[in-house]
Amino acid sequence: MKEMIKRLVEAYGPSGHESTIGAIISEMVRPHVDELHTDALGNIIALKRGTGSGHAIMVASHMDEIGLVVTWVDEKGFLRFAATGGVSPVTLVGGRVRFANGTLGVIGWERWMRPDAGTRRPEMDELYIDVGATSRETCPVGVGDACGFVRPYEEFGTRLVAKSMDDRIACAIAIEVLAGIGSSPHDLYFVFTTQEEVGTRGALTAAYGIEPTVGIALDVTMVGDTPKARPMAVSLGEGPAIKVMDSGMLAHPGVVRWMITTAEAAGIPCQREVLLGGSTDARAIQTSRAGVPAGCISIPCRYVHTPSEMVDFGDVEHSVALLKALLTGPIAL
Amino acid sequence: MINTLELLRSLSEADGISGHEEGVRSLIQQAMAPLADDARADALGNLIALKRGAGPEPRRAIMLAAHMDEIGLMVSGLEGAFLRFAPVGGVDLRTLVGQEVTVHGTRKLPGIIASRPPHVLTAEERSQAVPLERLYIDTGLGIDSLQECVRVGDLVTMRRTFTSLNGEYATGKAMDDRAGVVSLVLCLQALKQIQHQWDVYAVATTQEEIGLRGATVSAYGLAPDLGIAVDVGFGRQQGVSDPAIIEMDGGPAVALGPNVHPAMRARMMATAKDQEIKVQTEVVPGATGTDGWALQVAREGIPTLVLSIPLRYMHTTVETICLRDIERTGRILARFIAGLDGAAAAELGLEQGASA
Amino acid sequence: MNLQAFTQARGVSGNEGAAREVILKAVQDHIDEHIVDALGNLICHKRPRRPAPEGGRAPRIMLAAHMDEIGLIVTGINSDGSLSFGKVGGIDDRVLVSKQVLVGESAVPGVIGYPPIHLIPRSERDRAPDMTKAVIDIGATDKAGAEKLASPGDYVTFRGEWAELDPTGQRTVMAKALDDRAGCAVLAELLQGDYAVDLYAVFTAQEEVGTRGARVAAARIAPDLAIALEGTICDDLPRLPEDDTSPVTRLGDGPAITFMDRSFIADRRLLNLLLRVAEAKGIPHQFKSAVAGGTDSGAIHVTGGGVPSITVAVPTRYIHAPISMLSLKDLDHTVQLVQAALYALEGGLPS
Repeated sequence: MKEMIKRLVEAYGPSGHESTIGAIISEMVRPHVDELHTDALGNIIALKRGTGSGHAIMVASHMDEIGLVVTWVDEKGFLRFAATGGVSPVTLVGGRVRFANGTLGVIGWERWMRPDAGTRRPEMDELYIDVGATSRETCPVGVGDACGFVRPYEEFGTRLVAKSMDDRIACAIAIEVLAGIGSSPHDLYFVFTTQEEVGTRGALTAAYGIEPTVGIALDVTMVGDTPKARPMAVSLGEGPAIKVMDSGMLAHPGVVRWMITTAEAAGIPCQREVLLGGSTDARAIQTSRAGVPAGCISIPCRYVHTPSEMVDFGDVEHSVALLKALLTGPIAL
Repeated sequence: MINTLELLRSLSEADGISGHEEGVRSLIQQAMAPLADDARADALGNLIALKRGAGPEPRRAIMLAAHMDEIGLMVSGLEGAFLRFAPVGGVDLRTLVGQEVTVHGTRKLPGIIASRPPHVLTAEERSQAVPLERLYIDTGLGIDSLQECVRVGDLVTMRRTFTSLNGEYATGKAMDDRAGVVSLVLCLQALKQIQHQWDVYAVATTQEEIGLRGATVSAYGLAPDLGIAVDVGFGRQQGVSDPAIIEMDGGPAVALGPNVHPAMRARMMATAKDQEIKVQTEVVPGATGTDGWALQVAREGIPTLVLSIPLRYMHTTVETICLRDIERTGRILARFIAGLDGAAAAELGLEQGASA
Repeated sequence: MNLQAFTQARGVSGNEGAAREVILKAVQDHIDEHIVDALGNLICHKRPRRPAPEGGRAPRIMLAAHMDEIGLIVTGINSDGSLSFGKVGGIDDRVLVSKQVLVGESAVPGVIGYPPIHLIPRSERDRAPDMTKAVIDIGATDKAGAEKLASPGDYVTFRGEWAELDPTGQRTVMAKALDDRAGCAVLAELLQGDYAVDLYAVFTAQEEVGTRGARVAAARIAPDLAIALEGTICDDLPRLPEDDTSPVTRLGDGPAITFMDRSFIADRRLLNLLLRVAEAKGIPHQFKSAVAGGTDSGAIHVTGGGVPSITVAVPTRYIHAPISMLSLKDLDHTVQLVQAALYALEGGLPS
């Protein structure tokens, strides 16, 4: 599974530019599903049919990552940019990026090493990308091109570190479950969604098209176990977090109950999550059409939305086990 | 006959934080079911009561929406013998200090939102609002029992006795928008006596306080021809001067602005005049922040009205409302519905396009 | 249980009549005589039940617990039917927001509201609420309507109902006015015992506005020594690690003995005696570990030629707020400690 994770997290795929990662995922899931298609917003929808008259369950993991999009190329070939998704300028200075065509770039700050920078934090409009070009004309990328971060995947013991753990780790979990699930009474729609980072847009249209009767998002969540972190009762390594609430959604109480009792019955450690910032694809699924009971399994993650997102492999394995148990058993909401 | 005060009391004191409305929903179901032909809950927990009209099928339908969820708190962590919490909906943290709450753990635990004694605080400290990180719930339990009884994600409701003020007003928590729900019940009751052609869906919606979620999906599911949201508005109170203020005891305010269908509004104002029911006008230049905002854009778009019952001290535990305003709202809804017929449908532009 | 009835009685400083009645009813079978003095203090006298040891004179001991509670007072009736109010006693404005109150002798319900969050600029939300213009809303729509229900000068109490939170564990309870009905309950309990001392149990008035009742009661009694019984500051909320400061007292750690507060320095002999009997009897106890607040001891100890005094208190969370909390374990231990001290004082104050 770690090989698969490495391949997924290192792939390119900022919001709106998911075709590369989409192709990789399609190739991985094709052997395990009955139907596979890509919808108008680029969502990869993989259906594994159920054996009985169960639910239609939508499992959403988003394949897009936060990134940058070029807004201007200056005469000397430096690129100005805007963020796609929640990117903080603090994480950027000195970082490296890669564009769809393979072009690499490094991010500079106008005020770097200047005495007047003082203790100021960089602002987005003071940053630029340097791709090694010497003029606008010779610059290999242009306005509208998007780039993702470049960081190698690393293992620190049981901790896995990479860019885009948000949310490729969930893609990996979904694929692992698909590969090993055997039969289920439910129709399982595994959706690898697009454009989550800019407002859960892929999940919105995917849910409309699928009309599921239950929705599950797989996503990362923040933790409270680092020095002086904002208080939060989720820690790395204590099992998947079952979302009760985040700033965009109140999970369906029946779905929360179902997840917790399933985890307890299977002896899978889990945590309860109340997140004060951010939301997931579950929010879009929940309000689709006439409403869908929805919840979220979260993988605890440190340093979310930095180029070095860290998860615990034990949490990943437990998430696989929990999702498998949920999707193969009966559902009473 | 429905006793407005007693129904409001039972709904105000019931629990129903956004996303967890089952407690209050069962009470509303009891109140609405005898007055309707059907009462059921949908996937997001909206309670939908249908009262069929007397007109020939296929009948047109109007949806009335009043939200039953209330703002509240959720346990986000345990710290020693105290609980940390997160707000659910638009809670002004400053109204929480020294407040009594109920923690819904393995059993209902009374608690207090802790304040520090003024004796040990500097004037500077007393001039600041207490940030969320420093607010705690104290249940009086020791660490061991607390860990046994309370988990992250447990709900916390405000603990507040509903009280009648001066016989004409009432105060308590969650008047926003249980008062609106009461007006829907009163409307259904009035429709027992008044003939109406159209089907009426009286919907007690969920999750309004976190983004109109219940109204969004119930309007999609019911696809009504017309929609009216009943919510509360900012009643005049000491210390507040704002163009959004409406008068207590002035009757429901009929909103005026982009959220409101002009012809439907004109009809409502005419109904008020005919029936001599006191109403007022509330100008809302943009989002009303009510279920009406979601109703209006459901499916292909729905002509929508928003009625606001004047309420003081919104989103506190002492929300105060005039009972007469609730009764006026119920009455005018019923009269408006009674006037809906084929001519009304034409007047409201419903006959255009595909033959309905 | 006296405490429940005591807390639910209404008695803001200067208007302690209702609380006094409830307390008198609870103690009258256990005392020899009582008077109500000019300030409204309830002064109960219980003569020595046994001769003093070795034929000495039984010491005259004053035990004081104040009956009054913090609250509000109506200062004016506005044209819209709302009531302007002032604070009686030290109240942090921030706890007034969104509370229910009872106004005047007939306990007319009212609320203290606050502007809706929707109409408050974000920049104001970090500051304490401005309560200078806050009013009490009793549901009256105009001045005449309000005048039928309330008058300037009406005292206002908070509505803080009694609840037992953990009957089998910490024995915590919550109610309004635990400061100082807790002390009153301790004193009522102590009066059930028999002592070889000349005991004056004083339920004092107007402590919260400057320990005025205790001052005149002490002048009348001229005691040999005095013990004030209180519900005191307990600030044991979770702290940030870098904010390692005193909680003043901790709930559940036993009666808090004052060595010094802003109103007096405890008599060293009484302090040592209390510590000694607590150790001897194995009664949990703690120091009030801050110099904060003042009590009736402050007024008593400077009466006449001076009165050796000390304060023993039940740790009480959220004092001076509409609803407060204490542990009945602490209350029982306070009774045990003071009772043991009274026995130890039968021969007078040790030198």
